[in-house]
Amino acid sequence: MIDFDDVSFSYDSAEAAAASPVLREVNLHIDEGDLTLVVGRTGTGKSTLLGAINGLVPHFTGGLLSGEVRVAGRSTRTNRPRDLADVVGFVAQNPMQSFVTDRVEDELAYGMEQLGLSPTAMRKRVEETLDLMGIAGLRRRPLADLSGGQQQRVAIAAVLAAQPRVVVLDEPTSALDPTAAQDVLGAVTTLVHEVGLTVVLAEHRLERVMQVADQVAWLPGDGSVVLGPTAEVLARCDVVPPLAALADRLGWRQVPGSVRDARRRVQREHITVADAPQRRERPASEPVATMTGLGVRYGDVVAVDRVDLVLHPGTVVGLMGRNGAGKSSLMWAMQGAVPSSGDLLVAGSDPRSLPANQVGRLVTLVPQSAGDLLYLPTVAAECAQADEESGVPAGTTAATLVRLGVAVPPDRHPRDLSEGQRLALVLAIQLATEPRVLLLDEPTRGLDYAMKAQLGAIVRRLADEGTCVVISTHDVEFAAAATERTIIMADAEIVADGATRTVLTSSPAFSPQMAKVFHPRPLLSPAEVVRLPVAGRGELA
Amino acid sequence: MSRVLARPEVVILADAALQGARLAGRTVHPWAWWGWALGAGVAVTLASNPLLLVLLIAAVTFVVLQRRTKAPWARSLTLYYALAGLVIAVRLVFQILIGGLREGTVLFSLPEIALPSWAAGIRLGGPVTVEGLVYTAVDAGRLAGLLICIGAANALANPKRALRNVPAAFHQIATALVIAISVAPQLVESVLRVRRARRLRGGVRPGVKGLISVIVPVLEDAIDRSLALAAGMESRGFGRTRTGRGLDWRLGLTLVVAMLGVTFGTFALLGLPGAGSWAVPLLLIGLAAGAFGLHRAGDDLATSRYRPDPWGAPEYLVVGCGLATAALAIWLASTDPAMAFGAFPLTWPELSWPMLATAAVAALPGLLAPEPPKDAA
Repeated sequence: MIDFDDVSFSYDSAEAAAASPVLREVNLHIDEGDLTLVVGRTGTGKSTLLGAINGLVPHFTGGLLSGEVRVAGRSTRTNRPRDLADVVGFVAQNPMQSFVTDRVEDELAYGMEQLGLSPTAMRKRVEETLDLMGIAGLRRRPLADLSGGQQQRVAIAAVLAAQPRVVVLDEPTSALDPTAAQDVLGAVTTLVHEVGLTVVLAEHRLERVMQVADQVAWLPGDGSVVLGPTAEVLARCDVVPPLAALADRLGWRQVPGSVRDARRRVQREHITVADAPQRRERPASEPVATMTGLGVRYGDVVAVDRVDLVLHPGTVVGLMGRNGAGKSSLMWAMQGAVPSSGDLLVAGSDPRSLPANQVGRLVTLVPQSAGDLLYLPTVAAECAQADEESGVPAGTTAATLVRLGVAVPPDRHPRDLSEGQRLALVLAIQLATEPRVLLLDEPTRGLDYAMKAQLGAIVRRLADEGTCVVISTHDVEFAAAATERTIIMADAEIVADGATRTVLTSSPAFSPQMAKVFHPRPLLSPAEVVRLPVAGRGELA
Repeated sequence: MSRVLARPEVVILADAALQGARLAGRTVHPWAWWGWALGAGVAVTLASNPLLLVLLIAAVTFVVLQRRTKAPWARSLTLYYALAGLVIAVRLVFQILIGGLREGTVLFSLPEIALPSWAAGIRLGGPVTVEGLVYTAVDAGRLAGLLICIGAANALANPKRALRNVPAAFHQIATALVIAISVAPQLVESVLRVRRARRLRGGVRPGVKGLISVIVPVLEDAIDRSLALAAGMESRGFGRTRTGRGLDWRLGLTLVVAMLGVTFGTFALLGLPGAGSWAVPLLLIGLAAGAFGLHRAGDDLATSRYRPDPWGAPEYLVVGCGLATAALAIWLASTDPAMAFGAFPLTWPELSWPMLATAAVAALPGLLAPEPPKDAA
């Protein structure tokens, strides 16, 4: 269905292309009806590979492509993306940004209108697609009013309505909470199984999708692509989902495809593991922040409903919950940037009553769209500006950046940085004031496993220095590995608050994979898996 | 519970809305509303009788209040009223300050300054007369009324649906306009978000630097969005042609010739006396060539339309009311002496039965046009 013949691609001119192409002599063949998972670290060319399938690369992005890409026998050399619209459906990362119309029904019809289908055929297909994706109830709703999961399903439905034979999805679940992600992936799996669609899907959080993949295409970063069965490719690739880390710790040569497979193998081989490590006892400390009856309202919408919360220095707190549960609003209210009611004290003062340039010493926030904070042409200029804004000696921010351990070239434009580098830069800027409380809103979006581990280490170090770090995230595995206390919000209220181990492992939706594999032992991450000597006939693989 | 049981239709309605059910009612075609509003606009422009003017504006407002939906643009009439008020106020202020009409009953006098002859001898200040003010108010009121008619069309017709229902050849322009309409609120949202984010770095600074710190992220965001949108549209087949090629050059030439014909024809007809003999055919040829070219260009584009808005009896009725209003006003202007309202000398304007009829016809769609569904946008 999809063929890459000797494909090389680079965004730059010909001579630079020879030095470090994004794709180098790629040959691969994807059969009809397969679900292929594209994995690789950030910046290894996953999006380029996906774009090459429908010709967006190079027709839309520019650059030099040699070799040939064929989809259903049609070459992207002679067919522009618009000419392939009836064969390949492309769902971009952020669905809201690529919606053309403003109503669900119209959006579904848009692609078919461009293909010139007859009105009667369109009517029928819109109805079929609404049912297939289970969104018939949304048909008259404005797109802007939908939740993230609904938007993603509408985006997939809009592409499906044109009945393509291949669907390409670029990180379809990166913005979704675990339940919504399950929903979307469930829908995609149904399409593969029932409709026989060929799906190519890129994703960072492999733990969410690897069980549904038929094969994995791994981009090691040197321009090549390794395509093979999930278990084999994951066993040697540099993207390590929790189950691969587990396989590594237990000495398995094959990575189990799902939690179920891992559980069965553990039972079959009578593997016993040590108890979860005891929680480090902290000396009781004065709270650094207290909120009493904190509430946030936007017009008639109650975003945070009279929340009581106490935060202690030196802790890493995870804030989880559905999209729209009030996590971001609570964080912005803590910073004092959105109006709120109730009492709020951070290190003895109320951030709401302080001028903006003094709040930074108490509490600072790295927003979801971290790029909003950056506006200068180079990293060095941003650092210098941050020193000036925070009133700290020149060079402090640059030094913080170095201390974070992420290499960020100072002469680079902030927009040219990778997700991880940009996060590090914003983090350094926000840390220049040495805040008592650091709030991170959804920081793991677009980060690969290695970067997430690095972020986890950074927040751990900050906490050890006495900062209280609050992280809102949808990433269960990251929260399990990096936080010690977890707060779950739902419907503008806090519904659970306690030690991460207790809160996460007791909830089916937020349970990390290790806890599922070794149930009832509440293990949080592969690092906590310690194999005990086998009593009896257990064999070592 | 008993209250819920007492009014089951409330429950059913809420339930139906949740499941995307279709509610009773019918949206009138947006271009029909525009036709009606333009007809009313012609009548308003001709209405030199202040009573007829007020009646027509009332009729237009009545229709909007009866048939508008809950969509955001449906509330825009207030804005147009404010604009209309502003037009009248500005005209009155100029009449008081600069004068022009100084005859009649003097209300009060301002100190007079005569500008030198190079300023065309304009006199500032001077006597302010009742007649002058009334004449100006009525004159400005006609422009204000026209604004309200346009506002009515805006409030009643969904701008996006109006753009969806254009000839296929305009499809790409219409898409661009629809996107432009949706981008505006996104830009506002983007500005608010970035301004809020600025507080995290010590607040928005005054001066150019502060401006840059907001504008740069907003523009970057806007460019990101447009690139994502463009990529999305490209991969969904926007701009596909049946032949797979661009516009035929012969078709392009036809369209250019048609445009030249229309432009010169109109110019000659309006500007050159006695040119009618050749200007009218030129104009007609231009229009015909344009219609043909657009039709062919539309054919070449492969697009089709999903659930196009129907054009039926309600649309004919709405447009018919607009045309009838305009026709009645034209007839009144040439025959009815009561239409000629003079401020010099000031008399109470007369109202005749045909005038009442004109306003009533304009108000008819408020009663006869079908109601829009409760969830209509």
